[in-house]
Amino acid sequence: MSIARAIDTLILMSRYLFKRLSAAIPTLFIIITAAFFLIHAAPGGPFDQEQRLPSQIVANLDTAFGLNQPLSVQYVRYMVALAHGDFGPSFKYKDYSVTELIVQGLPVTATLGVLAMLVALSFGVMMGTFAALRHNTAPDQATMLLAVIGIAVPSFVLLPFLGLIFGIYLHWLPVAGWESGSIRHLILPVFALALPPMSAIARLTRSNMLEVLRTPYVRTAFAKGLPRYLVIIRHALKPALVPVVGFLAPAVASILTGSLVVESIAGLPGIGRYLVQGALNRDYSLVLGMVILYSTVLILMGLVVDLLYAWLDPRVRLN
Amino acid sequence: MVLPGIWADAARRFQSGVAAKAGLVVIFSLALLAIVGPWINPNRFDALDWANVAVAPTFQHAHWFGTDRLGRDLFVRALAGTRASLLIGLFASAISIIIGISYGAVAGYLGGRIDNLMMRSVEILSGLPLVFFVIFVTVLFGHNPYWLFVSIGAVGWLTMARIVRGQTLSLRQREFIEAAIASGASTGRIIYKHVIPNLLGPVIVYATLTVSQTILFESFLSFLGLGVQEPQASLGTLISAGAGEMESAPWILMIPGIILALLLTSLNFLGDGLRDALDVKER
Repeated sequence: MSIARAIDTLILMSRYLFKRLSAAIPTLFIIITAAFFLIHAAPGGPFDQEQRLPSQIVANLDTAFGLNQPLSVQYVRYMVALAHGDFGPSFKYKDYSVTELIVQGLPVTATLGVLAMLVALSFGVMMGTFAALRHNTAPDQATMLLAVIGIAVPSFVLLPFLGLIFGIYLHWLPVAGWESGSIRHLILPVFALALPPMSAIARLTRSNMLEVLRTPYVRTAFAKGLPRYLVIIRHALKPALVPVVGFLAPAVASILTGSLVVESIAGLPGIGRYLVQGALNRDYSLVLGMVILYSTVLILMGLVVDLLYAWLDPRVRLN
Repeated sequence: MVLPGIWADAARRFQSGVAAKAGLVVIFSLALLAIVGPWINPNRFDALDWANVAVAPTFQHAHWFGTDRLGRDLFVRALAGTRASLLIGLFASAISIIIGISYGAVAGYLGGRIDNLMMRSVEILSGLPLVFFVIFVTVLFGHNPYWLFVSIGAVGWLTMARIVRGQTLSLRQREFIEAAIASGASTGRIIYKHVIPNLLGPVIVYATLTVSQTILFESFLSFLGLGVQEPQASLGTLISAGAGEMESAPWILMIPGIILALLLTSLNFLGDGLRDALDVKER
């Protein structure tokens, strides 16, 4: 590729990125606004506890956190602070700001999620390719049987079962705990999170690979005597992966959702618990922070998917 | 029963699939057990048996699947839980299937700018973290079962809408519809004989998969403590209770876990079998 063309591509890509990112901001704005009014519309407040606080103290707390102001004022104040990168204080974890809570927990959740995604992608693609190459044989059918079970069985059922087998009966792996990210502690939760998307990716790869293997150019590659693995890697894999890329965003969503329960089962100190607990506690700023974080991840993932499409399939143009 | 053309073919193809047939048998057996279960065991689903707390499966006192921490019979609770999960799954699926079909059919039938607008909003919605929205709604507006149906149903309709719309759109331009019009068939006859049978295939397939999705989602919410509330049981609450007792009383986890896994796997096998039988293409 000549330098001029490379620069052209670069300009095209940055223009595209800019366009997409500026389109993401209104989406995010709508999500935050909806979430803000939804959680404030819920009955109860952050200082309603089982042991009722004296009403004077609640009133003081409300004043201190600005909760006695009209909702519209609170909304504007929240958005202004947000624009300055301030997610506000947590109402429940009194000594922490939302940013601090996220910074503490995010590395755990991110490690778990990224590893699960890598496992799902690499094993899913391998399983699918393997099954396609052995189309209609026993190994193919066994792989696809496993894949259906993998799609069907959710991670919150799978993880306790794995813990029971590998932790309690066989004593091979620890059932729970983080231990600052030791690999032995990560194996079971990562696998439990990865299995559903991995199975879906395996099925997608298999059906696409079967189609690609029937195309004339792949038959040509075989006919000119290229070894099988080279035909697969150089010619068949890339086009077979195009539909898999479309599945990446749902896969990330599935892993994020799964991490809500997997972290609590495996006792991992991630951010998964904050969404549900925060909403139950009416910890307004914490919930909103989590909603913003998750939405941003999903929106960015959509962007990555489109860029990958353009890279994998030359017929797709960025515009 | 004599089935018309395409359905007879589909029935023949369906019967050649072992996994799908096995799935159907498992689903029917579980549903039947869930209905008659409470009558074949003397225990009640919320009766506390303090003399037999957390006992392993046994024939004594008819605790066939053992008891939980409070001495409640797990056979009866597991079947009551299966019934709750099946009911919620069916109702919530019905909601999302109805919304999905009407939305998709309207968009596909009207076409043009309205179709464009309607499908663009579906696209935007499916890009949003709707699962978190449902968690939100259930947390905020209490544990009312109606909210549970509505919020689970509200998430499931997007795929159905997309499929029905695409199907309607392409059906309108197919040769056999043109041929039917040319041979003077009435609009009603075309819709009844040609459009609906062709729309029904994908709808049945995705309805099966929607049921499995909603059952999964309900157990997920119940596992988080946001769905069905004690002393009522659903498979999710039972699994959640069992996961905490895994070391001392593994059967509390294993029984509802196996039932849920069986149910969801069977529904997926059934959906796949129907997809092959009705020759439905993805997208």
